[in-house]
Amino acid sequence: MSNLALAWEQFRFERKLFWRNPSAAFFNFLLPLLLLILIATAFSTDDDELEVLIPGVAGMGVLATTFTALAFNLTLLRDEGVLKRIRGTPMPAGAYLAGFIGSAALNAFVQVALVVAIGNIAYGVERPQEPLLLVLFTGLGVVCFAALGVAFSHAIPNEDAAPAYTNAVFLPLIFISGVFYSADDLPRALEVIAGALPLKHLIDGLSEAIVGGSADAAGAAAVVGAWALAGVFLAVRFFRWE
Amino acid sequence: MTELAIEVSDLRKSYGSVEAVRGVSFDVRRGEVFGLLGPNGAGKTTTVEILEGYRQRSAGQVWVLGHDPEARRRDQQERVGIVLQSCGFYPRVTVREAVEHFAKAYPRPRDPDETIALVGLEGKADARTKELSGGQRRRLDLALALIGDPELVFLDEPTTGFDPAARRTAWGVVRRLKELRKTVLLTTHYLDEAQALADRVAIVKDGRIVAEGPPDQLGPGSSRYRVSYFSNGRRVEHQTDDPTELLHRLTRDALARGERLEALEVTKPTLEEVYLQLTAEADIT
Repeated sequence: MSNLALAWEQFRFERKLFWRNPSAAFFNFLLPLLLLILIATAFSTDDDELEVLIPGVAGMGVLATTFTALAFNLTLLRDEGVLKRIRGTPMPAGAYLAGFIGSAALNAFVQVALVVAIGNIAYGVERPQEPLLLVLFTGLGVVCFAALGVAFSHAIPNEDAAPAYTNAVFLPLIFISGVFYSADDLPRALEVIAGALPLKHLIDGLSEAIVGGSADAAGAAAVVGAWALAGVFLAVRFFRWE
Repeated sequence: MTELAIEVSDLRKSYGSVEAVRGVSFDVRRGEVFGLLGPNGAGKTTTVEILEGYRQRSAGQVWVLGHDPEARRRDQQERVGIVLQSCGFYPRVTVREAVEHFAKAYPRPRDPDETIALVGLEGKADARTKELSGGQRRRLDLALALIGDPELVFLDEPTTGFDPAARRTAWGVVRRLKELRKTVLLTTHYLDEAQALADRVAIVKDGRIVAEGPPDQLGPGSSRYRVSYFSNGRRVEHQTDDPTELLHRLTRDALARGERLEALEVTKPTLEEVYLQLTAEADIT
């Protein structure tokens, strides 16, 4: 089988694994959507706030389905010896990782599509202003956070520590990056930190694509792209099979 | 095609200042079951993981099926099956799904159902792997190692933690591999396992091979027989290379004295005795 065919087979296998793991399906899909619906319903009849919330939850979805899921799963697979077992077969490393990461990427795209669709259908947010830009930013966010997720798994000592490590990044990051409210309202210090990290810029880019406006899409793409490069470098440089 | 499946000469591996493998040399012929026998921490797993391509050696020469395993050539990995010492698995797939998925990485895989039956898991083919017992999981490890129809199979302590019945089943699989003309490199710390399965055994202690040969001819004292009996309530023991002559002399003298030699026995030292003797000697040096 060619490398591409093997990557496809691994991707299909990962899809099967994903749907058989109820907690993964919950944290990847249901939790972000639940937060969206609860917050939109409870607090927001205001169009301005919805226009912050929809791109924000879309960005959070990308973070959860790629960074968190990959860092967590890779640590588990490494700790349990599954990676070592795969390393002992002729499965090429690239094909395996492409299938594994590809499955997370699909989750991210589905999540963004669901968030945008719910915003449109349930809350009357307009359809994405620039659909191509939305796809591009989602793709860039996937590359960035998938690479950072793989890189971060190298820092997690074992599977028991994985939930703490991933949440220690995920929770503060979503609170300072303007998922639920505009990051512009934050205290200056937090704003500086959020500005240096990629999630706020991904959300800015998604916001530009979904609701349009004044965000600096090129600048946002540059920051996310820089983090993507750093993430790929760290992910490859420190990869461990066992 | 060379007759040797594995050639190892003066293999060394250090972790920092600790030398885990200190100059190991051995050959494994094609179709042979070769056992690396030794206590925990002797360097067996390090040696095998170098042969499998997991680790880089510090010094020495290693050839596996004619290639250096460090190169991690795909066409070589297609010809090798690996059972690691301990290794988890995806809990939510069935045995058949796992075996079918792993088959895809090989150019000429075995039939999945037939491979599942070979390791005795046919009754569990549709069970998820998390429902398997420890012994059944180990058999799945074996099925996954065999699915590519390898020429050479590495088994790193394949029966550790098995109950006696499960061990017998696993031994049957190894014997079946031999019938299929596979080469098997087996590590174990069970003497009876090495004795039952291996054509040749190397005893490893502190990173060195202290003895090597067919299990029934192993060790420096192995050509010697032990003749023992009780005389006047005391145990008498002789060592000899030629028990025929010795027995003749002992029984002739006893008959002349009119004495019965109680509990007269001619024995060869078991592998266990050789093993304990060798590993004890190695402790002193």
